[in-house]
Amino acid sequence: MALAFDEFGRPFIILREQDQKTRLRGIDAQKANIAAGKAVARILRSSLGPKGMDKMLQGPDGDVTITNDGATILEQMDVDNQIAKLMVELSRSQDYEIGDGTTGVVVMAGALLEQAERQLDRGIHPIRIAEGYEMASRVAVEHLERISQKFEFDISNYEPLVQTCMTTLSSKIVNRCKRSLAEIAVKAVLAVADLERKDVNLDLIKIEGKVGGNLEDTELIYGILVDKDMSHPQMPKQIEDAHIAILTCPFEPPKPKTKHKVDIDTVEKFETLRKQEQQYFDEMVQKCKDVGATLVICQWGFDDEANHLLMHRNLPAVRWVGGVELELIAIATGGRIVPRFQELTAEKLGKAGMVREKSFGTTKERMLYIEHCANSKAVTIFIRGGNKMMIEETKRSIHDALCVARNLIRNKSIVYGGGAAEIACSLAVDAAADKYPGVEQYAIRAFAEALDSVPMALAENSGLQPIETLSAVKSQQLKVREYPFYGIDCNDVGTNDMREQNVFETLIGKQQQILLATQVVKMILKIDDVISNSEY
Amino acid sequence: MPIDKIFKDDASEEKGERARMASFIGAMAVADLVKSTLGPKGMDKILQSTGRGHSVTVTNDGATILKSLHIDNPAAKVLVDISKVQDDEVGDGTTSVVVLAGELLREAEKLVTSKIHPMTIIAGYRMAAECAREALLKRVIDNKENAEKFRSDLMKIAMTTLCSKILSQDKEHFAEMAVDAVFRLKGSTNLEAIQIIKKPGGSLRDSFLDEGFILDKKIGIGQPKRIENAKILVANTAMDTDKVKIYGARVRVDSMTKVAEIEGAEKEKMKDKVKKILGHGINCFVNRQLIYNFPEELFADAGVLAIEHADFEGIERLGLVTGGEIASTFDNPESVKLGHCKLIEEIMIGEDKLIHFSGVAMGQACSIVLRGASHHVLDEAERSLHDALCVLSQTVNDSRVLLGGGWPEMVMAKEVDELARKTAGKKSHAIEAFSRALVAIPTTIADNAGLDSAELVAQLRAEHHNEGCNAGIDVISGAVGDMEERGIYEAFKVKQAVLLSATEAAEMILRVDEIITCAPRRREDRM
Repeated sequence: MALAFDEFGRPFIILREQDQKTRLRGIDAQKANIAAGKAVARILRSSLGPKGMDKMLQGPDGDVTITNDGATILEQMDVDNQIAKLMVELSRSQDYEIGDGTTGVVVMAGALLEQAERQLDRGIHPIRIAEGYEMASRVAVEHLERISQKFEFDISNYEPLVQTCMTTLSSKIVNRCKRSLAEIAVKAVLAVADLERKDVNLDLIKIEGKVGGNLEDTELIYGILVDKDMSHPQMPKQIEDAHIAILTCPFEPPKPKTKHKVDIDTVEKFETLRKQEQQYFDEMVQKCKDVGATLVICQWGFDDEANHLLMHRNLPAVRWVGGVELELIAIATGGRIVPRFQELTAEKLGKAGMVREKSFGTTKERMLYIEHCANSKAVTIFIRGGNKMMIEETKRSIHDALCVARNLIRNKSIVYGGGAAEIACSLAVDAAADKYPGVEQYAIRAFAEALDSVPMALAENSGLQPIETLSAVKSQQLKVREYPFYGIDCNDVGTNDMREQNVFETLIGKQQQILLATQVVKMILKIDDVISNSEY
Repeated sequence: MPIDKIFKDDASEEKGERARMASFIGAMAVADLVKSTLGPKGMDKILQSTGRGHSVTVTNDGATILKSLHIDNPAAKVLVDISKVQDDEVGDGTTSVVVLAGELLREAEKLVTSKIHPMTIIAGYRMAAECAREALLKRVIDNKENAEKFRSDLMKIAMTTLCSKILSQDKEHFAEMAVDAVFRLKGSTNLEAIQIIKKPGGSLRDSFLDEGFILDKKIGIGQPKRIENAKILVANTAMDTDKVKIYGARVRVDSMTKVAEIEGAEKEKMKDKVKKILGHGINCFVNRQLIYNFPEELFADAGVLAIEHADFEGIERLGLVTGGEIASTFDNPESVKLGHCKLIEEIMIGEDKLIHFSGVAMGQACSIVLRGASHHVLDEAERSLHDALCVLSQTVNDSRVLLGGGWPEMVMAKEVDELARKTAGKKSHAIEAFSRALVAIPTTIADNAGLDSAELVAQLRAEHHNEGCNAGIDVISGAVGDMEERGIYEAFKVKQAVLLSATEAAEMILRVDEIITCAPRRREDRM
């Protein structure tokens, strides 16, 4: 570490406990940061595209996750390096914003960093590189806007949406039944979508998984699925035209919330309390019955006696239903969540056409289906699969597909996938570079080159010759101007035209990828001093 | 420029070939571990727990073995998981699924070393699995219509399942029991209704199925030991100190006399409760919770049989069998449904007294009493019987059956081989490998039985060249034989689940090209 000395040879102490910290500055800091960022990107690079490989992650408690989803890999990787953490953040924000393309964004950032390193070696100042990248990203985003296509669909004709979701799913392990899963995802999104406002509340789609069966058994339920069963084993397992009372108060003896206790000191008091106790449960059940409820769903537990009374009065009940599920049930059935028995009225009941209990496999596992709800704006995707990891991965894949469908409803523009959009941008950026005077020109060209790395990685993962394939596709695109549909033929179909292969991605997803990646790279480039506590 | 480490201290990362190698080896090790238990002549394993007492389990059940292993290899965990799911879903074939997945990976490893990309292998495996499933579907036998034949199918399936287990000596006996028990369920898959009671002593042959219901409880002292035309109230209520539960009330008094008064009132309350219960006109009262001496005495006085502390499942089963509802309040005796049975009596099995309910209203539930030399034998017998019951109850719903003894594997292998010949491209290698992996199962069965597997499998393959052949390995005589004649049948559902989940697991492991292990969570603070 460089230290400053005064005229007597004593060091100036600037940082507290200066000698215990390591410090990297100037070009070293940038190089170290770039190396770290690249290392993260390299891990994800092989997961990109339909032929991408999976990662197996073993968590701190020995649990195993197998996934192909960039955001999940990074999240579970437990990184320690600061720059690596930035990359993790990057992928996460793509996940939150768009939901898909989490791997692509990291690969792109990695490529940008790699190019930046080369420019640094040439002696270009990091700020100039950062600025060049900024200009280039603007060009790229504008170009994307230009080449994007409007995409027509409506409720009756949702085939195009299904095609887009299939592109997303084809890179996952579930691609065996991507067609059916994509259909499920699209139907689910359309069921909850508000096409007027172009908004989709994904919270209304519940994804539930149960081990067993196989992937083909995955189904979309227009209603809610609750992993609970009836509180009393002899209650009816099926209720038609259910009027549901949704309660957040327990069927249990009331306890005063204050610290006071009722003291029994005479026999009379004992007797009165005893009478009250008997009446209490009776009243609770009677209230539910009086308003016309035929099913009680409660957030809390039941006392044995209350349970029996419910059973006795022919009022099926479900207990210990979680808060989120309770809300969903309330939304779906159009009921109100009632916090006190006294407030129960007939209007507050939810309505569902059919409530039934279904059991699975050889173990005693039951789930409750609530279907044909008054307000069908809540759906459940019920995933079956051979093992736990498969289900988890399917959940993530479906989530990605849902996000894609939602983005399309929000914004109907699409660009073509398979690296076609990146190649088109690369060409546009390259052409634009010459217009800029100054050193930034080099950075802009570097940006164009970095854009090429995504199709290159795609080709590499698909077992094609990366450079050969890329140059072939590029020249094809150049030959036919205004026809930026040529991409990498990952599935070995025999054509490079992504329109024929039906490989789309959303415009906002792609734009976001470029913007986010540029931002993070700029941030990393601007760091010229890393001060960290040394380990020992 | 040295790259700073990205991960935390103890985390490790394995890439590419090394990662693939690690997962292949892990998965194959697990498969090899359970391989020797496959088939009718498979061997058992002793599992010693590390917990207190070092309790010992002797078993042949794949799922049980794998469940008790402590495994660190992530790929191996995938296999353990599929075996567990197989157990939950169909109950049998837990060993086969792991062995098949292991074989698929072993073949995949060979292909990877000969420079075929894992994705190509996966594509091939998928095609092969689909084709194999079709092949099975073409050959299924469905005797749902013919009740008599269906029953004999079930018998055969039960016998085939049991013959690889400890019960193989008395498989007819147990198969009969299992089939009877499953038929009593009338199509429901709720195996809870079949109660298995284990009593050491006697021999396995002494085990029996009881059409009534047996409760492992004693009758209270001074109460009748035998009741005819019993009216039973099944309850779940506190019969000890019946506290006042509301408003968090508690007793606080300032003199002894008052305590006595309140105690008197409490007693009165209990007496009232008992009176109300008796008001139902019952002569047998079964409670899930404790019954204290005082109410017990009251019951005895009234000549009512009171049984305390029947566990929750016991109560549920009893409710199911006798047709009574589980009651917790006793204010309206006219509307509570009581359970009925012809006869309640105390019976002796070995040295223990049990309560036997016979002639029950609803025949859904039943009890199987297992007898055997030791606890280990009984535990293993219970697991075996459980497997058989699971398979049977699944077959009742999905009545398609197949022949056993390696026959389905050979049928699939033949079709898959054919597909491999028709497929162009590198995928055909993978498809061929799939068929080799399938053949590995009959090979293992033969190997475990100490037979010349190469010879037998070759014969079998030749036999299967003929259309509509029923040949499989007959372990008993040690030769290739007609499986239909020998009565070796398996459930289609089991085979299908084995095929699909093994392929799925193999695919999952093949797709991995990097293993990242996080630092184990530190547990110092708990020490």
